[in-house]
Amino acid sequence: MAFINYAAREINCKIVYYGPGLCGKTTNLQMIYQRTSPDARGKMISLATETERTLFFDFLPLALGDIRGFKTRFHLYTVPGQVFYDASRKLILKGVDGVVFVADSQEERLDANIESLENLKDNLEEQGYDLEKIPFVIQYNKRDLPNQSPLDELQELLNPDQVPEFEACALTGEGVFETLKAVAKQILIELKKGRR
Amino acid sequence: MLGYQSSLVMYDEEYQRIVEIADKLLRESNAKAVFLVDRNGQLIAATGETEHLDTTSLASLTAGNIAATGGLAKLIGEKEFSILFHEGEKDNIHISIVGGRVILVVIFDQRSSLGLVRLRVKKGSEDFDRTMEELDRKSAEEAGSGGPQNPFAEITDDDIDNLFR
Ligand SMILES: Nc1nc2c(ncn2[C@@H]2O[C@H](COP(=O)(O)OP(=O)(O)OP(=O)(O)O)[C@@H](O)[C@H]2O)c(=O)[nH]1
Ligand SMILES: [Mg+2]
Repeated sequence: MAFINYAAREINCKIVYYGPGLCGKTTNLQMIYQRTSPDARGKMISLATETERTLFFDFLPLALGDIRGFKTRFHLYTVPGQVFYDASRKLILKGVDGVVFVADSQEERLDANIESLENLKDNLEEQGYDLEKIPFVIQYNKRDLPNQSPLDELQELLNPDQVPEFEACALTGEGVFETLKAVAKQILIELKKGRR
Repeated sequence: MLGYQSSLVMYDEEYQRIVEIADKLLRESNAKAVFLVDRNGQLIAATGETEHLDTTSLASLTAGNIAATGGLAKLIGEKEFSILFHEGEKDNIHISIVGGRVILVVIFDQRSSLGLVRLRVKKGSEDFDRTMEELDRKSAEEAGSGGPQNPFAEITDDDIDNLFR
């Protein structure tokens, strides 16, 4: 749910990075943080376990610029991907404006991807959202690793609706901004259509 | 089922009103800072000694905190915990839910007390709630009338591309 502030001439939108454990959600945000100029980003907050697994969420606020005199801010969140953190994932989806699904391209993670995507649909539905109707993009991450699922298999299983999709290597930043930009664009187009 | 949900909208008049109420609460409770945050973690207004505080992070973590304790409440059969209080060595933080949808945060030290903050928060909450209701009415009207100024009605692909330069 975007927050349009006419008083401050600001608009705030919430983007959630979703996907199975270790697929690279946190790495996406870290890369965005590193490659954004300090005046366009806030502090990145990571609520993580001692082993760097996301425990509750990562949070990164971005203020990329103005559109029509309105400062356009995006609040990026990641969910914890580990299966047993489902209660936390539901909380983080509240008020979401757009979702990035980060898939792990490694063959042995194919089932985990499918399961996580189903989980995303269920959790959105529980809150009255329909994945097909909200801004949504898919990122196939870890394209640098040797044991890949072929791209067409991933597409068929994870992206039957053919939403915008990107190959990425979050570790080097490849595909990271393309993904963010695509979801941000969809959100702004939704805003353009107006509130319901 | 909903696709895109309606947005929270803030107008000048209500914003001024909210800041006034927050200022008043700040004074009367001898607090250091007062914040109003939306349940999704977006800062609505801040007043007091905020210059050394990361207000964006504070808003996001407060909302996360309320969301997590709300989840806990449900697990034990409560609707929600409408007040949270964290006591520090010097500073304390009082968090409460206003009208079910916005979060009021008061930061205070030994110049105030929990009792005083509680008392003033109660009064301030009613004022905030009234203003938020006014805001709802107004944005419903504007949406109904087609909305005089959707600032994004005219955006182009170029506008969007420019953001990512
Ligand atoms: N080779 C390779 N490794 C990656 C890539 N992206 C992330 N990683 C690594 O994968 C591991 C997990 O990455 P995270 O970003 O923490 O994964 P996550 O999705 O946030 O995991 P959870 O917080 O448990 O849900 C880290 O060791 C990353 O360095 C990639 O594109 N290629
Ligand atoms: Mg993580």
